[in-house]
Amino acid sequence: MTTSIARPLAQAAAVTNRRRRRPAWGRQALLQALCLFVTFTVLFPILWILSIALDPRNIARPDSLNIIPPGANLDAFVRAIQRPTENPVSFLELAFNSFKLATSTALVSVAFGVSAAYAFSRLHFRFRQVLMIAVLGVLMLPAVATITPLFVLLNSFKLGTFSLRDSIPGVAMALISGALPFAIWNLKGYLDTIPKDLEEAAAVDGASRNQSFIRIILPLAMPAIAVTAFLGFVAGWTDFYFSWMFLTKPADFTLTMALYGMVGGYAATTPWNVLSAFAILVALPVSLVYLVFQRYIVGGLAVGGVKG
Amino acid sequence: MGIITFYPLLYQTWMSFTDFGVQNLRTGAPAPNWVGLDQYFKIFSNDISGIPNFDFWRILAFNLFWAFSNVIIHVILGVAIAILLNTKGLRGRRIYRAIFILPVVIPPIIVATVWRNMFDQTNGAVNLLIAALLRQPPGSVDIAWLTDPGSPIPFFSLLPLSFFALLIANTWLGWPLNAVVATGALQSIPGDLYEAAEMDGAGAWQKFRTVTLPFLRPAMLPYAIYGFVITFNLFYLSYFMTNGGPFGRTELLVTQAYRLVNEQRLYALAAAFSVVMFFILLGLTLVTNRLGKATASYAD
Repeated sequence: MTTSIARPLAQAAAVTNRRRRRPAWGRQALLQALCLFVTFTVLFPILWILSIALDPRNIARPDSLNIIPPGANLDAFVRAIQRPTENPVSFLELAFNSFKLATSTALVSVAFGVSAAYAFSRLHFRFRQVLMIAVLGVLMLPAVATITPLFVLLNSFKLGTFSLRDSIPGVAMALISGALPFAIWNLKGYLDTIPKDLEEAAAVDGASRNQSFIRIILPLAMPAIAVTAFLGFVAGWTDFYFSWMFLTKPADFTLTMALYGMVGGYAATTPWNVLSAFAILVALPVSLVYLVFQRYIVGGLAVGGVKG
Repeated sequence: MGIITFYPLLYQTWMSFTDFGVQNLRTGAPAPNWVGLDQYFKIFSNDISGIPNFDFWRILAFNLFWAFSNVIIHVILGVAIAILLNTKGLRGRRIYRAIFILPVVIPPIIVATVWRNMFDQTNGAVNLLIAALLRQPPGSVDIAWLTDPGSPIPFFSLLPLSFFALLIANTWLGWPLNAVVATGALQSIPGDLYEAAEMDGAGAWQKFRTVTLPFLRPAMLPYAIYGFVITFNLFYLSYFMTNGGPFGRTELLVTQAYRLVNEQRLYALAAAFSVVMFFILLGLTLVTNRLGKATASYAD
């Protein structure tokens, strides 16, 4: 019985193996070509910025398509690091402040966001719809609209010479208040797609609500959590409005503030090469952070616990 | 907290019914006069003396079209590239992913300024690139992307050439985040579903439609709606790249409101404008909420 099926099966396998092995590199080449094309479109403006940063002539508009202009040097980068602004604050301090804002926004918005999203997704309580619409409504406001109220609110907390508004934690709170609605909404959308049967199975096995949240839901939602954390990080790192409006002490300044400070008087007096060099230095750390987050975003978790 | 949030809103609403101007700004200055719905009439009938070529309905239509077209393009591109990066056996995937996130990471004002430089008529990179591709000498292609008052689509005068410049710049900026969200969603699709579909004889397009799409939709739809709101209120591209030009045809509601406050100092008018914007956004919120509920998520 087995031998009569074995040979046709082996022959079929050999045929499909042959068919599968041959065009492998052709397909790879096509995919790589597409990816390279996309890479080119993405990198082209960035290389443009790099070209302005390297150019010693300090021009606002490059006049040819060269990526590396004649006489290129790293002067602009050195100047950007040594003296970012007129204020007595070093590049590292600026970067550290930005880092503090970015990480606190990411962590807090995710921590509160995933808990709130779980509540919205799984629990039934009065005013659930209303609250969800309220979260959505706040999402629609442009950030600019919330500056004045937050200014007044944070200003009202003063202890001696310490004003909550004029401090990094205050700005972080403002940023979190903006990032939280998006985090809640994004995570709720993702949590809705996780089947409830998983938790029911866990409940049958005797898990409490907290246990099923921490051990089952959180690992499954890791891609969405990683995405939300990353977006929160970017929001904190590139924030301009709140830090510009709220902070007055140079020791608290952030990288983006220094950047905007340079674009003071338009074309004539702006040091374009230093500006571009600074922009590149500001952008790099976030790409490094993204490299770290990638592993979680592409977590590749197999959801196969209950279904078939 | 509610008071702090709602008090400015109420104050603004009150302001919109008056003729609040610069003379009323300082504390202790005379109170402004009540003019009723006068400011609103001025807005809706396009009658503002300080601003040439002001047409509220055109700005609103442009703003809506801008947001819709951008979001549609961003989502399609983002999903397509996410699928491209997700195919099995692709080498250098992590490097590509790291590179593709770069547009998001650059501070917005730099993005706007660099793209403005690139669309420059004589020396801009875009024109130079087109000339190089067409094998013409570098000076020959000078499309006035940002200043051309005409429209490339003859019967659709809503879209000047600068709209397309803005569209290209914003698309460059917009698809990476959509791709990241789509990648997160694609990871949650169990591989056996694809194999099951293949065994049933599904082709590539059918596999996409029946397996990939239902998983993508609950993740992409909230993000698409959020992207719509962000694009609707995207201030810095329109302000710094085209400056609302040519002749105010790429103005958005937000940039117009900003101009009313900072340049024209018509505070009462700006307040009325903001109230109108609020209701428009509220309407959009309710519509998108209805839309969000109408999609079936996988878990139901």
